Amino acid sequence: MAADSETLRQQIRESIKTQKRPTVTVLSSLLAVQDSLGYLPDEAIEEVAAHSKATINEVWGVASFYTNFRFTPPAKHVVEVCWGPTCHLVGATGIIQGLLDEFKLSGEGDTPDGRVTLRYNTCLGACAQGPVMMVDHHLAGRVTPETARAKVKSLGDTNGHR
Amino acid sequence: MATYEELKQGAERRWKELNSRPWIRVGTAMCGQAAGALEVVATLKAKLAARKIDAVVSEVGCLGLCYAEPIVDVAKPGKARLLLGNVTPADVDAIVDGYLASNRVPPQKALGYLAAAGQAPLAGVPDFKALSGYGKQNRVALRNGGHIDPTDIFQYIATGGYAGLNKALSAMKPADVIKEVTDSGLRGRGGAAFPTGVKWSFLVRSNAPRKYILCNCEEGDPGAFNDKTILESDPHTLLEGITIGGYATGSTNGYVFIRHGHDGPINRTEAAIQQAYKAGLLGKNILGTNFSFDIEVALTGESYVAGEETALMEAIEGHRSMPRARPPFPAAYGVWGRPSNINNVKTLAYAPEIISKGAAWFSSIGVNKSKGTAIVCLTGHVQRPGIYEVAMGLTLGEVINDIGGGVSGGKQLKLLQTGGPLGGVLSAASTTVTIDFDEMAKAGAILGSGGIIVADSDTCAVDLTRNLVAFCQFESCGKCFPCRIGTTNLLEIVDRIVTCQTRPGDLELMRSIGKTIQAGSLCGHGQLGFNPIRSALQHFAADFDAHMKTGKCATGGCEKPRLSPTNTRPFAQEATPEAALTGRPA
Ligand SMILES: Cc1cc2nc3c(=O)[nH]c(=O)nc-3n(C[C@H](O)[C@H](O)[C@H](O)COP(=O)(O)O)c2cc1C
Ligand code: FES
Repeated sequence: MAADSETLRQQIRESIKTQKRPTVTVLSSLLAVQDSLGYLPDEAIEEVAAHSKATINEVWGVASFYTNFRFTPPAKHVVEVCWGPTCHLVGATGIIQGLLDEFKLSGEGDTPDGRVTLRYNTCLGACAQGPVMMVDHHLAGRVTPETARAKVKSLGDTNGHR
Repeated sequence: MATYEELKQGAERRWKELNSRPWIRVGTAMCGQAAGALEVVATLKAKLAARKIDAVVSEVGCLGLCYAEPIVDVAKPGKARLLLGNVTPADVDAIVDGYLASNRVPPQKALGYLAAAGQAPLAGVPDFKALSGYGKQNRVALRNGGHIDPTDIFQYIATGGYAGLNKALSAMKPADVIKEVTDSGLRGRGGAAFPTGVKWSFLVRSNAPRKYILCNCEEGDPGAFNDKTILESDPHTLLEGITIGGYATGSTNGYVFIRHGHDGPINRTEAAIQQAYKAGLLGKNILGTNFSFDIEVALTGESYVAGEETALMEAIEGHRSMPRARPPFPAAYGVWGRPSNINNVKTLAYAPEIISKGAAWFSSIGVNKSKGTAIVCLTGHVQRPGIYEVAMGLTLGEVINDIGGGVSGGKQLKLLQTGGPLGGVLSAASTTVTIDFDEMAKAGAILGSGGIIVADSDTCAVDLTRNLVAFCQFESCGKCFPCRIGTTNLLEIVDRIVTCQTRPGDLELMRSIGKTIQAGSLCGHGQLGFNPIRSALQHFAADFDAHMKTGKCATGGCEKPRLSPTNTRPFAQEATPEAALTGRPA
């Protein structure tokens, strides 16, 4: 356990140190760790605090604010679905319900087998192609409940989102 | 270091070379990607390699016709360009074997031809400029969208890019630049429509060794994607505009502020920044003058309020994106406590053309006190959704019907939602309103971010209102409790109305909460947060009555529980680490 935690810490320090943008802040460091690990373990909060000379509380304050951070290891695939007003008008509710049924979920979250994370998004930026969803960073527009379910059915067991 | 003339000559040489071979452009902005453009690019490249055909394939930005994505644009040397719409990988054979190799145009996919001066039209294909979706546009900020490779600075320079910056640096004093922008009548495109030249002049007066130009591409408004489209289509226009603003105001640094996760806009902007440094158009002594300026990208996490100007500065500094009290205003105390100026992407993207073509040229476009163009994102129940840059002064009806082809499925128009979720809704009678900051304000709406969402007669206004209120609730940053708690209460009430479980006094309660959040919030999010309900009650009282009095939706059975999220920031209480609870220092 301790050794694992040390490897994890090294990975975290590495991603904090290798950020390529000149301005390094608590937020930029948290985003860098989230990009490399897919989540923020407690160790990340501590390492970012140490690196930024901030308190744990300050760093946690930032991490708990932005909705794109998560705090447990992610599932193998991330499926995002838009609930913005444009997509809502052209059928997002049906897409969301279809995906909830497919994953046997009652809201956003991970499937119990750890295969898929379902996330709601306020706008995926391709509104003209609504309803829009995103599977492992790949946008898909004009989906129907059927095509949406078909897309996620074919997701394999390999890690898809990094 | 190369002079502008040397850069221009080199760029023109490359442009000639590029056009001496077949050149295939595929629109891969987010909208094109959602329609499957990346698969088309991959199939095209594989096919060309298999056929050993020497052609260039470029991923470009957006022409505006989202309804026709993926769009493939095939140029043979010396000939007019052939634009094909709704292309799938299955069409690639017809493009490569049919058109490139043997000049057969795939008729059912042809949108039109685009001929340069002196080029003959393509037989059997309509003129692309005759399509209302393209011909009725007046593209200024988006002039290069779909035409050049956004990741190639030389294509930008070859088509006139950086001429404005060169003119400013070589022939104008900073005060002349500000005067030009003021005279052009340019007003901010981020929502408040404040005169840009005047805003810039505030920053001039602040004396400090470091001053900042901040470019706001948070663009959290659902239904709007024009800022991201500019970054994906032509990031150099924006960089040139920021640099011109930097010179005019005596600033030293610029930030382009983008939401994490929007990889297309982020990557293309960062690639453009690197090239600009390499070409001597950013960094020390730009184009050999003694003006130096740096630009970098800063990312925010997901938070709508991060787009508010003072919250944006907090996010750049790495904190929660919560607004600051004003005064002090950003021009006196901005990011890192230093004088700063904030503009929207579109606002800054106009600057290069204003400087190269002059204030009089810009102000000849548009009407009244709304000069230049509006970049509208037309979505929802409309025949031809897209992102259209049109002269200010068109009516909403002209945009929806002439350009957008009217309501889809032959249905009637019921309502419009403009300017982002906080903008509220308009009735079908508003199609006569002109796109003009002040006329739209008079009609009780805003142009705001440029989103125009169209809803047909089968839409229930109460159901759409719930969606907008849910957005306001979900995105409240939580700093001002009237906004945090008030939007939550409003959502509970609207939820009750939708599901026909209204309690007596609910309408009065909503109005009273609305007043409180408007009066008791630091920023526009809370101040405008009641707009969706206020405007819906004004125009669509009958829909509310049906839900509240008859217990049944009049239009379509929307009386269901809500599926959108219910959490409030900070959203991750359950994951709080032990150390944060005890306040142990790191
Ligand atoms: C809640 C909220 C969100 C905002 N989001 C944005 C945004 O995403 N993009 C933007 O340009 N302006 C946004 N604004 C407006 C900015 O505060 C600011 O007025 C604008 O960036 C100024 O640019 P301009 O002078 O070019 O219009 C937002 C304002 C509020 C209150
Ligand atoms: S509203 Fe769904 S992608 Fe923008």
